[in-house]
Amino acid sequence: MSQSPAFVLNVLETPEDPEGSQEPSPYDESEVHDSFHQLIQEQSRWVAQEGLELQQRQPETGALGASGSDHENLPGPEGAPVYSMATLRILASMPSRTIGRSRGAIISQYYSRTMKLRRRAGRPQLRDMGRSARPSLRLYDLELDSAVLEEEEKRGLLVKELQGLTAAQRDHMLRGMPLSLAEKRCLREESRPLRGKQRAQRRHGLLSCCDQLRDSCVLASHNLGLALLSGLQALMPWRYALKRIGGRFGSSVLSYFLFLKTLLAFNALLLLPLLAFIVGVQAAFPPAPGGPVPAFTGLELLTGGGHFTHSVMYYGYYSNATLNQPCASPPNGSQCPPEAGSLPYNMPLAYLFTLGAALFITCITLVYSMSRSFGESYRVGSASGVHAITVFCSWDYKVTQRWATRLQHDNIRTQLKELLAEGQLRQRPQSACGRLRRAAVLGIVWLLCLGTTLGCTLAVYTFSERMIESPVSAEREAVLLLLPLVVCLLNLGAPYLFRILATLERHDSPVLEVYVAICRNLILKMVTLGILCYHWLGRRVGTLKDQCWENFVGQELYRLMVMDFIFTLLDTLLGELVWRLFSEKQLKRKGKPEFDIAGNVLELIYGQTLTWLGVLFSPLLPAMQIVKLLLLFYIKKASLMANCQAPRRPWKASHMSTVFVSLLCFPSFLGAAVFLCYAIWQVKPSSICGPFRTLDTMYEAGKVWVRHLEKAGPRVSWLPWVHRYLVEDTFPIYLVSALLLAVIYLNIQVVKGQRKVICLLKEQISNSCRREAARLPICKDAAGMSAPEVLLRRPPPTPVPKRSPSPAPGAVPLSSLLSYWTSHHLWGKSLSQHSGSLGLAFPWTAEAFRLVLTLPRSGLAAQEHVAAIAGLAEYSVASDLVPRAPSLPPGP
Amino acid sequence: MGNKQAVFTHEQLEAYQDCTFFTRKEIMRLFYRYQDLAPQLVPLDYTSCPDVKVPYELIGSMPELKDNPFRQRIAQVFSEDGDGHMTLDNFLDMFSVMSEMAPRDLKAYYAFKIYDFNNDDYICAWDLEQTVTKLTRGELSAEEVSLICEKVLDEADGDHDGRLSLEDFQNMILRAPDFLSTFHIRI
Repeated sequence: MSQSPAFVLNVLETPEDPEGSQEPSPYDESEVHDSFHQLIQEQSRWVAQEGLELQQRQPETGALGASGSDHENLPGPEGAPVYSMATLRILASMPSRTIGRSRGAIISQYYSRTMKLRRRAGRPQLRDMGRSARPSLRLYDLELDSAVLEEEEKRGLLVKELQGLTAAQRDHMLRGMPLSLAEKRCLREESRPLRGKQRAQRRHGLLSCCDQLRDSCVLASHNLGLALLSGLQALMPWRYALKRIGGRFGSSVLSYFLFLKTLLAFNALLLLPLLAFIVGVQAAFPPAPGGPVPAFTGLELLTGGGHFTHSVMYYGYYSNATLNQPCASPPNGSQCPPEAGSLPYNMPLAYLFTLGAALFITCITLVYSMSRSFGESYRVGSASGVHAITVFCSWDYKVTQRWATRLQHDNIRTQLKELLAEGQLRQRPQSACGRLRRAAVLGIVWLLCLGTTLGCTLAVYTFSERMIESPVSAEREAVLLLLPLVVCLLNLGAPYLFRILATLERHDSPVLEVYVAICRNLILKMVTLGILCYHWLGRRVGTLKDQCWENFVGQELYRLMVMDFIFTLLDTLLGELVWRLFSEKQLKRKGKPEFDIAGNVLELIYGQTLTWLGVLFSPLLPAMQIVKLLLLFYIKKASLMANCQAPRRPWKASHMSTVFVSLLCFPSFLGAAVFLCYAIWQVKPSSICGPFRTLDTMYEAGKVWVRHLEKAGPRVSWLPWVHRYLVEDTFPIYLVSALLLAVIYLNIQVVKGQRKVICLLKEQISNSCRREAARLPICKDAAGMSAPEVLLRRPPPTPVPKRSPSPAPGAVPLSSLLSYWTSHHLWGKSLSQHSGSLGLAFPWTAEAFRLVLTLPRSGLAAQEHVAAIAGLAEYSVASDLVPRAPSLPPGP
Repeated sequence: MGNKQAVFTHEQLEAYQDCTFFTRKEIMRLFYRYQDLAPQLVPLDYTSCPDVKVPYELIGSMPELKDNPFRQRIAQVFSEDGDGHMTLDNFLDMFSVMSEMAPRDLKAYYAFKIYDFNNDDYICAWDLEQTVTKLTRGELSAEEVSLICEKVLDEADGDHDGRLSLEDFQNMILRAPDFLSTFHIRI
């Protein structure tokens, strides 16, 4: 240390460097530190060996080697930085660089993988021999003289390992290797156990018949699997149609159709239990006809009344008796002893519980799908990879038809443009004045929209009051259509007004524009529906004393739904087809109208809300909705293909489906649930029809049943007890909801904290990477010579004044080297502290220390370090390393 | 059946079965597809492992690859010496990797190679430009393409070296749930 003449190494001085390459030879350093001479010689021997070996190996490298190992070890053709052999060696042995790079690396990687497999298989006799080659810190160990196995050696080991595995495991491993088929066949040939080979040869003649049988069995099962797979694909309806839509109109329009499909699934889910436990049972045991059934006139299809009134369609048809009981007594079926006949079926209970269960299932599904889609679209860092994923993962290799590939090209181009448009929007700055003007416009437009909404609400309210004042006779049922007509007209007209108003606003983000439109339409529709609900439950119940008000509400909802459908059709016809023809013929414009996603989605949500509202009064309403949705899909698709064009301003729809589902959940389902709960708990059911005709509220059916159970015997006495203390007593409910809220709050906090930590860690990593990138050139040059110092952890030499302020190209100041090393060292420590705070037990063992110490000389980016350290931490957690960390055995 | 037996020996078929994700039937089907590409070139007897290569022009004209913008890269990556001319082994290898059964790691490895146009084991900006141009049939402006490349590098380049290593690529693939289904060719 003391006798070193200079601390600035000028590589230009070395005579054997004709072009003044920036690569210092290890021998230069021997002049600086004599004490390292030994090490350096060792190292250079390695380098020499490496070079020789490379030359030997090159001819025999296979298909992969041609493009893999050559590039790895030889300097890049142009522009690529030139590394020294030692650097390359280290580079090559870094775990992340070796993944599937060269044949040798692949082999060694799979060698260690077989180790893992074997360990999992738990064979004790093999376990002892694998000690030295387990996937361990030694993989990360960069010491040049440690036991880095040669390729052939490793290959031999791999073959041995493969021999140790069972045939199935071996085949699985072989198939998964990214080697060429010829290589795999060689490996397989070598790794086949000798015994097996002989047996196979012997068997070939004798048992080929048996083999064929087995093969045909395997083939048959395989074919069966394939057939099932294709069957499954047939079960996914509209896959092709959806693909076409997605290819032509982009993800935004596609999201509308996907949402429609989701709604279909929800309705099917709701309908199935209702069909099975209410409609089907009631249809099997029809009640005595109450009176003459009016003839079918055709108007019923619109009004839902008349002929349909006394059918399974509506609440009024369902009996309040216990079905399937020989001694049924109409007012209270529970007087019969249960063992008298076959299983009794209490219709009121079935009605209540089936409906409750179906809605509960819907709720759970809805919440689950909402949370899942939130998780998918709002994951931390998920927004960071969209470009890359679109570029690399969006091409569908299966597509074989020319026009389909063109669609795909178009789709990807649109997607990329969407992404770019979104990115650019974020960067545009704005002046204060412009912002103020925009805020004013925004405020006025919002006021106008809300005013329109209020006007619509008032109109509906006054109209509904008028309807109550003038009762409709049974013959003039068509008058009943007036209220739905008004509601639908308002629902159709107001959105157009909103659209015109929205053009004043000029939102620069198309996504924001859509959200605002959705918000306005939603407010309008929800307020209108709220008024209607009040009209039904608050006013109609009182006025329809002698009639079945449940039937009336059911019919109203049916009418609304049918009207809604008709108006949607009209809208499609007028808004899309006629407008296109008009603009083509008259205005001679080429542009077709654009598909209004927001409006159409709102239509769907509105229709679904109607279904949920009406399901209590008309159990078959989901079936109607299913039919409506099916028709809508084809009509909308046809109209879209014929009349519309892809959105002019491309925008990303990744979060769209999430928003749709949340809208479906929050105002729509929740509102309907509140309405239904109110109807069940508070409103007195009509006394002349329906399963609850004798009761004060629908909920009483449950109470009656519990009372009956109390009488039934001690066997089920716990149920009334549960009912009394858990359901009727409010305290447990409060307690449970308080606990639930607390758990939710805690979870939110935990997630928040985790997000913060993730962001911090990301920031830290990227900062370190940047710092690293700035320093990398220095260490690249110095990689070869700094190794000995770092390894031996010598104290840094006393700084000596530099010869010149700016050293010649190729000269490496030792001090910068050392500061580089120090920064690494510190950085590693800080990371360990951080991971410690995260709860990862990070063992600061000798191995880890050596790892961090040896990192700088490799001249690698920080990502490698992170990978290595994280791997270390993972390994120490996964294995039983942590308790005996200090006594980790040194490398072999 | 006798015809099938004549093409490959029992051992050969078994080896193919063990080293690819195909059944015997699929291997035979693939062989006949291969043979159909160049009937006068490929013999119907493979028991002696003839050294036959089908030129790229014929490989690229298969309906499965014909309209694929990356067909040339696929052929190059799977061919022995990178020129796109394929032996039967290469051919089977290609469809094996592209099959439904192939694991994500394997697919990601080969996808990386396909997108690495200049074979330097890194996806650099130039490779990315090629990819984007091929994906969009060159209908984006040069400015847009370079912007996209910049974004992609920004997102996926974990070690900030200005290019994507295999590790970066695999990391990115992990976040793409439908990669497995899109990187798949039906035979």
